[in-house]
Amino acid sequence: MMTRRIFLKNGSLALVSLGFAPKFIAATAHAAETRKKVLVAIFQRGAVDGLNVVVPFGEQAYYAGRPTIAVPKPGAPDGAVDLDGFFGFNPRLAPLAPLFKRGELAIVHATGSPDETRSHFDAQDYMESGTPGVKSTRDGWLNRYLHDQEHRTATPFRAVALAQQLPRSLQGSEPALAIGQINQFGIRAGNGSDMMTSTFESEYAAAADAMLNSTGREAFDAVKMMKTANPASYAPEHGAEYPRSGFGDAMKQIAQLVKSNLGLEVAFTELGGWDTHVQQMNAGQLPARLDDFGKGLAAFAADMGDRMADIVLVTMSEFGRAVRENGNRGTDHGHGNVMLVMGGPVAGGKVYGKWPGLEPNQLWQNRDLAVTTDFRDVFTEIVTTHLGATDTSRIFPGFTAKTRLGFIKA
Amino acid sequence: MRNTSLFSAVRPAGIAAAVTAFTLGVTLVQAQPDPANGIPDHPDEATIAHVLNRLGYGPRPGDVAHVQQIGLAKYIDQQLHPEKVADDAVDERLSSFATLSMNSKDLAQKYFLPAQELRKQEQTKVAKAEAKSDAAMDPNAPKQPPPVSPEVRQAQQAQASVVNELMQSKVLRAVMSDRQLEEVLDDFWFNHFNVYIQKGDVRQYITEYENSVIRPRVLGNFRDLLGAVAHSPAMLFYLDNFQSSTPNAGPLLSPEMERRMNNPRLSPFQRQQAMQRLQQAKNNMPRGLNENYAREIMELHTLGVDGGYTQKDVQELARVLTGWTIDTPRQGGSFVFRSQMHDYGEKTILGQDFPAKHGEDEGERALDILANHPSTAHHIAFELAQRFVADQPPASLVDRAAQVFLKTHGDLREVTRTIITSPEFFSADAYRAKVKTPFEFIVSAIRMSGGTVTNPQPLIAELRQNMGMPLYGCQPPTGYSMTADAWVNTGALLGRMNFALQLVSGPAGPGGRRAGAPPQPPAAGRGRGGPVAPAGRAVAVDVTTLASDTTPATRDRLIELMLAGRASDTTKQTLARAETPQQLVALTLGSPEFQKR
Repeated sequence: MMTRRIFLKNGSLALVSLGFAPKFIAATAHAAETRKKVLVAIFQRGAVDGLNVVVPFGEQAYYAGRPTIAVPKPGAPDGAVDLDGFFGFNPRLAPLAPLFKRGELAIVHATGSPDETRSHFDAQDYMESGTPGVKSTRDGWLNRYLHDQEHRTATPFRAVALAQQLPRSLQGSEPALAIGQINQFGIRAGNGSDMMTSTFESEYAAAADAMLNSTGREAFDAVKMMKTANPASYAPEHGAEYPRSGFGDAMKQIAQLVKSNLGLEVAFTELGGWDTHVQQMNAGQLPARLDDFGKGLAAFAADMGDRMADIVLVTMSEFGRAVRENGNRGTDHGHGNVMLVMGGPVAGGKVYGKWPGLEPNQLWQNRDLAVTTDFRDVFTEIVTTHLGATDTSRIFPGFTAKTRLGFIKA
Repeated sequence: MRNTSLFSAVRPAGIAAAVTAFTLGVTLVQAQPDPANGIPDHPDEATIAHVLNRLGYGPRPGDVAHVQQIGLAKYIDQQLHPEKVADDAVDERLSSFATLSMNSKDLAQKYFLPAQELRKQEQTKVAKAEAKSDAAMDPNAPKQPPPVSPEVRQAQQAQASVVNELMQSKVLRAVMSDRQLEEVLDDFWFNHFNVYIQKGDVRQYITEYENSVIRPRVLGNFRDLLGAVAHSPAMLFYLDNFQSSTPNAGPLLSPEMERRMNNPRLSPFQRQQAMQRLQQAKNNMPRGLNENYAREIMELHTLGVDGGYTQKDVQELARVLTGWTIDTPRQGGSFVFRSQMHDYGEKTILGQDFPAKHGEDEGERALDILANHPSTAHHIAFELAQRFVADQPPASLVDRAAQVFLKTHGDLREVTRTIITSPEFFSADAYRAKVKTPFEFIVSAIRMSGGTVTNPQPLIAELRQNMGMPLYGCQPPTGYSMTADAWVNTGALLGRMNFALQLVSGPAGPGGRRAGAPPQPPAAGRGRGGPVAPAGRAVAVDVTTLASDTTPATRDRLIELMLAGRASDTTKQTLARAETPQQLVALTLGSPEFQKR
């Protein structure tokens, strides 16, 4: 795999004679002219309570199981925002309702893993490796996608996680960047930064080691590309207002990366605080977290404007929470959950997936929302219909998508 | 066995041949130079630097001269016997780390349980207060998460100190220890038997795991190491074996229990009561087989992925290991074999029959078989050769080391010795053939610059935030990759160059931060390629002793010292651009040459 990667990179390097047409200019020009399809993946770590995110207010059993923490029916004070007469958004997600109505946001409910674990650790691991039940998978599903769709015009910004650490889903043989703050990307040497950058660059351009040589070139191309994009001067468009939070900041930076035409294809970010065992509605954190989440997504969609035509954004969380509230007005670990899919290519305005019901006999293990759509079915539809992959057998080994739900326009 | 030429190879060739010849009473054949011994009689500085880079985390100023003086063969032999190497500096530095020598039970009692208990009490209290005041509350009022009391915060900090001390000790040992090979092997074997600190209660067990299970055995016997890991709560928890139980409602009584129950001195009433208790205990047990650990034993720990086992073998090994669990897993309890969870049926592993009615003993037998399997010998030999010699190690060397493994029944000192004294190890192909992992890079840069670690914490953060290699933070059981492709990427390379800059940034350094300047507040999100953790405050480096000016003479000395004299012409030329000694040192440590070992 490595050899192939180096060969491809060196091959593409050979096409551009350094000094006359630096690679980054060519790559940027190319990236701009093709306007790549983009996937934005958002992980809600900690198992978000999907039943209080997209509320099945048409289910009596929902209210029976949650006497103190259910979201009231639409119309009641602080009630759900009606979507289709049966499901409604948590009121804190009201900023997303217009997107749903305009058909730019779809919901897939009762999704999850075939593995029955209720461990955050294992379930996140499986969702990111894309191999439920198999622990020794080395790479993540997003990285395997990148590997399968490898191409010559890839830039260093092809896959970027706005995160402290490269997430499991992006780990693997393909290069991917984890960046906390894009405007601090580069060599940091105060006043000497330019000199040190160019000196290090010369060292690596002459490195005898092929891998250090090509990756070094790539790194300094990336620094130049970012400098050209000038992220410090970014101003969101169309009146978009990102929440002042880590998540809002990450979404804003993803928007910057897309608009800078740096060749971004896969972006990732994550936000925590969803493990709501206690007091999730009142003093608890769910409303505050959802507020941040909804505003961040809505601001991103507004800011991107027409560029949303190239973008599919998908949200995920390792599992859902039990249908019945616990003794602390919170919810314990459950099974089925909800995923949001947003973007121009999305056939939105609809809640997808077979709804299994919440009556006691319909629950999984007599306590949880059952899973009727494998999370890999959702990923597969995005990877194929949106990103154009034809074969997902290496991305999701041992898995064949059973149903195409149709939430991405064919 | 011990006096065969292969194992006396660390002595200078002439003496080795003489000693061996004397012992075996053979003169003619043994007088030949040993073809398996590659240690040069008169090593140059680059060769010594090579050994220090591979057996340890790179030379400190003065180390090459020291090895030159005592002799390379003797140095290697010393490293293979760490118990004979005094390590006073490390012992003293770590003496204030109270948790390092504590067992898991004590750690749980003193640090983990109090924090959990307090937090739980607090949550219940808040929940009750909340329930009372609910009626009066405005549902639209902004909601704040419940405050954390100072007591809880203190308990949580105490709990975090367990993990912090372990991480700090890893950095400090790697930088300071004179038992460099032991540290490298500790890292290697921990990684081979990887556990992940973020998975549940692993953090309660991981200190004992590294210090009592792994480190004492890295030059011991493989079967012993495998067995110690299999009895460690850290591994049993990480790979879920502690929950693995016979899937069927098997026989309630183990053969031993059956004997006890049939004791004629038991009254019928006593017997009935005992049976009820057992039944209850059994009902509360987790039910069902968990194959995780059994699979990884075969795939990762012993045979290797192509080691010739089947899915059926994995299942059968999982059945054999049912009942290998943890006594009170949430409270730091230790290994226990629970017969109620064990599957007493008949099994077959790798074609060998395991008759019914065996308990813990059949697990030991299975480990014996796996530890002495030729596939295991090859797998371990390959991994060690990959760590010490090359990403794709020469087959000849792997085969020889595997033979030694089999002949010595897994004597890891001899397997390691075979590899690090081999001609392949000393070949031109192996020189600078390995790319340093981020941990190796950071530690070697500190050692090379003669730095003193004043505070390991920023280095730990650096590895986590900017280099993609958090300590004890590899999630999958594969452990971190030991090959270049995993570590050479855009962000990580920039991170290394920035680290080199930070390491030397003093009053006039490239970072421009004045000595005594107030520490910067932690940035909301630092990433790879972004500003690095303030390594300058973590490590005291006296740049002026390395480079007092930027004259050609200083540059040459630096190249001699840090790059063992072997730098590309471009690197030599670009160093001339440095305007300050700090830049000069940073450009050397950040150079492509220094990324390799």
